[in-house]
Amino acid sequence: MTVLGHEVRRREDPAFLTGAARFVADVAAEGAVHAVFVRSPAAHARVLSVDGTAARRSPGVVAVATAADLGLPGLAERPPPPQPRPELERPCLASGRARFVGEPLAVVVAGTAAAAEDAAELVAVDLEDLPAVVGPLAALEEGAPLLFPGHGSNVVGRIVTETGGDPIDGAEVVVRARFVIQRVAPAPLEGNAALAVPGRDGSLVVWASSQAPFRVRDAVCAALGKASDRVRVVAPAVGGGFGSKGGVYPEQVVVAALADRLGRPVRWTETRSENLVAMTHGRGQVQDVELGARRDGTILGLRARVVVDSGAYPWRGGIPARTSHLMATGPYRIPRLDLTTLLVATNTTPLGPYRGAGRPEATAMLERCMDLLAAELGMDPAEVRRRNLLDPAELPYRTPTGAFYDSGDYAGALEEALALAGYDGLRAEQDDRRRRGERRALGIGISCFVEVSGSGAEYGAARVESDGSITVLSGSSPHGQGHETTLAQVAASALGLPMDSVRVVHSDTAAVPRGVGTFGSRSGQLAGSAVQRAAETVLARARELAGDLLEASPEDVVQGDDGRFSVAGVPARSVSWAELAAAGAAGGDGGGLFSEVDFDQHDGTYPFGAHVAVVEVDTETGAAALRRLVAVDDCGVVVNPMIVAGQLHGGLAQGVAQALFEEMRYDTAGNPLTATLADYAFPSAADLPGWTLGEHVTPTPRNPLGAKGVGESGAVGATVAVQNAVVDALRPYGVTHLDLPLSPERVWTALQDAPPPR
Amino acid sequence: MKVSVRVNGVGHEHEVEPRTLLVHYLRDVVGLTGTNIGCDTSSCGACTVLIGGESVKSCTVLAVQADGADITTIEGLADGDRLHPVQEAFREHHALQCGYCTPGMVMAAVSLLAENPDPTEAEVREGLEGNLCRCTGYHNIVKAILAAARVPAESAAS
Repeated sequence: MTVLGHEVRRREDPAFLTGAARFVADVAAEGAVHAVFVRSPAAHARVLSVDGTAARRSPGVVAVATAADLGLPGLAERPPPPQPRPELERPCLASGRARFVGEPLAVVVAGTAAAAEDAAELVAVDLEDLPAVVGPLAALEEGAPLLFPGHGSNVVGRIVTETGGDPIDGAEVVVRARFVIQRVAPAPLEGNAALAVPGRDGSLVVWASSQAPFRVRDAVCAALGKASDRVRVVAPAVGGGFGSKGGVYPEQVVVAALADRLGRPVRWTETRSENLVAMTHGRGQVQDVELGARRDGTILGLRARVVVDSGAYPWRGGIPARTSHLMATGPYRIPRLDLTTLLVATNTTPLGPYRGAGRPEATAMLERCMDLLAAELGMDPAEVRRRNLLDPAELPYRTPTGAFYDSGDYAGALEEALALAGYDGLRAEQDDRRRRGERRALGIGISCFVEVSGSGAEYGAARVESDGSITVLSGSSPHGQGHETTLAQVAASALGLPMDSVRVVHSDTAAVPRGVGTFGSRSGQLAGSAVQRAAETVLARARELAGDLLEASPEDVVQGDDGRFSVAGVPARSVSWAELAAAGAAGGDGGGLFSEVDFDQHDGTYPFGAHVAVVEVDTETGAAALRRLVAVDDCGVVVNPMIVAGQLHGGLAQGVAQALFEEMRYDTAGNPLTATLADYAFPSAADLPGWTLGEHVTPTPRNPLGAKGVGESGAVGATVAVQNAVVDALRPYGVTHLDLPLSPERVWTALQDAPPPR
Repeated sequence: MKVSVRVNGVGHEHEVEPRTLLVHYLRDVVGLTGTNIGCDTSSCGACTVLIGGESVKSCTVLAVQADGADITTIEGLADGDRLHPVQEAFREHHALQCGYCTPGMVMAAVSLLAENPDPTEAEVREGLEGNLCRCTGYHNIVKAILAAARVPAESAAS
């Protein structure tokens, strides 16, 4: 029986549950010294000097290094623009100019972390403050200070889509709004960490808390001028990432360089307070939108300018900017579009992908517009959406921005979510409460969305070992997703073997020949399809070999429930996988029973769904409590429903956290105000409800599994569903829009400013 | 300063710097790295251990303050190969993903159930307020703890 589609328990879990799992900080290294970074206390400053003289004399100090000491190249933009822009590269250690609070200026290495911290305080940094740019609109102001004078502008990226004509021409109704999407911190429970161990021969082993160890390897090789076989990068257990660990951090490169120069292991473990300023942030957009429609609710066109706050360097900020641009028309038929997305530099922590990476922002823009349009028309928000959702028959569908939707039933997901939530009953309850003037207002919020997942190629291989067991190699790199279980399910199912006979190897650049990593909801579909294809090839070769051994043609070879091969009708004589492995090895092709695949579906797949949030807002205190969140997420064919549900739960929680709690805040000088977990409103179990999930499956034709991504969709739909619900609760008070997070203070203030309820 | 503790039933005695936190002592001196560090403000609970059976964030205690204490870490919870019912329930209900908060979450849950063997969902959520998880949205953690509470006491003995 196939194990595909079953709730197989995770093979990863026993190690985590007993404390045996090894995160980077748990990896032992004899004689390791500790690195601590000296970071800029100023948001924008000229760096006049960085002097390590006093620090070098501090007890236990092994080395103090500045940008000049290490001479490392900068980190380029990802994705790279058409022309390299060296003036916008991110330096590993800043010199000349510091562009955000937390930017590394120097590094201190000592025998213990405590000694390194003590000495880091002795590094004399002489800065001359420059005026800071805080917030994306400030970057565009006339006469704004420039972060990169050589570039001549704070605009570091621009994407334009124009379908021609005025998008709101002929509209009977136009809604206009400015939406501000706040910055949030990914805050994986394990921050960044790296341990670099030099070999005698100029080689290096780098342990990194990373979603993409091959990228770390390539960056270290480039920076240190080493061949790729000289640097091995291992991502051991990784304590969450959510996109933030999908790139290469300057600190990782510096740690590798130090180990290489010092000839001894160097370890760096980010503290949480460092993490909240040094790790990329997510979201951070200001959207000015105009949506034109007919009186019957049909959308005619959308015009928007989206300003994305890339923080101090474009570096990783282009990823969410491109993705929000790509997904700007969502699941709707929007014939005319005039969209400009600007990526701007500001004196804050650099932006990067964070769970959804542009899709939650794009979804929020549209779904706030849909509610504004519904209010303007006096139409039910669900009905406005129904009138504009693309029909399944219209798919595949090329959007004005160039996304190419594969398969979907967007209205079907909406109807299921409404039914699960008991939408009509909720509206009746809402009316009832409003009539009775209840203090606790009920709000119902809907979001419909389509997102994009699974870009690029991923490596997968299957090998039959001499004992007949299977080794699967994967280029993807899990950090909580359970790939060892899921990929074993795929391989076992394809090969007709029990899961126990499959071992999954990943996250080690010496053990896997190549790969990309785990982000963008790509691994199930790309790594899974690569493994599936490789396993199918291995099975076909196994049949051929069995045919040779059994003197039969491969078509007559059948596989028994025990996995052994025999000739149809002659079960007495059979061969095992071990025998086939031996035969394969003797066959002279060198590879034995082995197949490898770089699976590329050439376009993404497009998961979709609909969420319904139900909130109660205390109109006296402004406190908004999420009563229920119903999520119908369609990610195509599911390999392990338990793992998929877990991915959705986590995404929903992060989505809700952005709606109600979290914000990375800065003062006007660019000082972060929420740089500890005591200040940053990371929700606990007490702040959140349980989640209600629907079931909706539309396979994609773009990969053999029929699977789409699921890692991010919870976060794509949930934030704006909750936002819509809170605004919906406040409609009788004349509130039409509130930005996030919907803290009691913000809601209370809106209520104070509001006219008495109608 | 000298510190003498029992950790998972084994006695340890070391000289430590007075400023050493218990979590650093357990990880760096005793060598039990199952207990994780997730913040520097005692907010996240990743470092939760049991002292005398009660959950304590081991970053809030100096090693020397724990002198004479009987400490249980995640490594000491299972009975040989047999997982503690809370560990078992976490596995059964997919209450962990990246696993970083898991040791602290499990220890907090063990302590919570010792105090309140039959909690409501709301009591579980309130009881876990000091332990943060970024992956699971807490849904399955709550489910696992409620399920562990239903395990008969005799099979929970470890």
